Amino acid sequence: MPSTPHKYTFYNRLRTSFLADIYNVCRFILRFFAEVFRPPYEFRETVKQCYNVGYKSFALVSLTGFITGMVFTNQSRPSLAEFGATSWLPGLISIAIVRALAPLITSLIVAGKVGSNIGAELGSMKVTEQIEAMEVSATNPFKFLVVSRVVATTLMNPLLVCYMGFIGLLGAYVNVHQHENTSFAAFFQHGFSSISFLDIFASIIKALIYGFTISITGCYQGYNAIKGTQGVGKAANVAVVVSMFLIFIEEMIIVQVVNQFR
Amino acid sequence: MRKSPVDIDKQNAVVRIRGLYKSFDTLDVLMGMDLDLYKGENIVVLGRSGSGKSVLIKLIAGLLKPDKGTIRVAGEEVDRLSPKELQELRLKIGFLYQGSALYDSMTVRENLEFPLVRNSPPLTRKERDAAVYEVLENVGLAQSIDKMPAELSGGQKKRVGIARTLILHPDIMLYDEPTAGLDPITSSDIITLINEVQQKYQTSSVIITHDLTCAKATGDRLALITDGKFSREGSFEEVFRTGDTEAKKFYDYNFIIDP
Repeated sequence: MPSTPHKYTFYNRLRTSFLADIYNVCRFILRFFAEVFRPPYEFRETVKQCYNVGYKSFALVSLTGFITGMVFTNQSRPSLAEFGATSWLPGLISIAIVRALAPLITSLIVAGKVGSNIGAELGSMKVTEQIEAMEVSATNPFKFLVVSRVVATTLMNPLLVCYMGFIGLLGAYVNVHQHENTSFAAFFQHGFSSISFLDIFASIIKALIYGFTISITGCYQGYNAIKGTQGVGKAANVAVVVSMFLIFIEEMIIVQVVNQFR
Repeated sequence: MRKSPVDIDKQNAVVRIRGLYKSFDTLDVLMGMDLDLYKGENIVVLGRSGSGKSVLIKLIAGLLKPDKGTIRVAGEEVDRLSPKELQELRLKIGFLYQGSALYDSMTVRENLEFPLVRNSPPLTRKERDAAVYEVLENVGLAQSIDKMPAELSGGQKKRVGIARTLILHPDIMLYDEPTAGLDPITSSDIITLINEVQQKYQTSSVIITHDLTCAKATGDRLALITDGKFSREGSFEEVFRTGDTEAKKFYDYNFIIDP
């Protein structure tokens, strides 16, 4: 028996197309900005997420940062040695770590660890109707789940980037000290004299943007997961792949913009 | 016929549905459905899988929007409410999901406190604990207060799910397959609990089920969905003591013998 007339022609195709995806992502982001400043605030959940994102990533970031600093120094030495310029190592390493390696590598680690976790957790909650259950119990699941996670990741990523920068430089120092017998004070004095306020500022801005990108992508994928357990896996996977891709695009744009101020 | 534990006020429909249509893409699910749920009444909705039973209660809770028709809950037209008004209306509605939908990263206590702290005037720790204990006592699970949902059995999860809805003292309960996946004894416990909730909290309920034992024991009225509409409505005997093939198939499957 025919019921309501179906309007599933051009509009419906558009609704399920790539353009519609972009529209939905924009709506999701706008909803975040609308909800983030509106009370009530989920302080407890945000602090819990800060702990999950920040504290629980420390070990991984420490290890990766230290190895990155050491390996990068080791790989750079022969090229500088050809020109007898190994004394430039602290400066070169500091610039590389502060400007590019710390924000980029930390954010890629956070995307892999935190982004996939957010995608899978929210996806699992979506397919088991936990998000709907929050809604029906007169609570705002978006505020509790999305706003808290995005705020926590956006705030924690710059801290992790600063920490990784320091650990990376420490790794580089160990390597330089082994080969050139440079003192701790001399290494850091030389290193810091090579970097400017703009380098640190740009790095922190990058970290904020990447943190936001990772968390909003993970939340969007998880919050809109469909098709049961398969959808949960897909949400986690897409969250990582898309956020990593976006981080590289953003890196390219931010570097161009920052270079205008040098 | 079941004797209702509360007086049903047939002048006061807490849910009134008229001419309800809902489709998903090209699939028509509900096609001109009418329903009244009276104060204090338990109505059981029966139907095949995919017949739109769960869609019906999601429409009542305002989780889906109808294509056509009106749904009035506690006098309010659900799809015309602003998000804030809808949130206020939902305080009067309790929803038990088929899979219980307990928040699996929280303990039983936190699951129950979650709607309470966000929807009540500020409560002290003592008042919160008292409210949580009271509902858990009512569902017989006070000893599981600090367990995680993963540590509970299917029947216990359903009980906690019911407790979580009761903590806000709803007027209307929506049960989605409350006995699905449970053994007969646990099902019987849940059926008893549904009746106790009706009596103690004076709720009106829509109960979605395939289980005719549950339907007979909890329903003051039964409604059978066929082709997106209620094809039969009335007491258990009125619905099943007929020549209706759909009703007969349902009865035969559940009780094996002819009605």
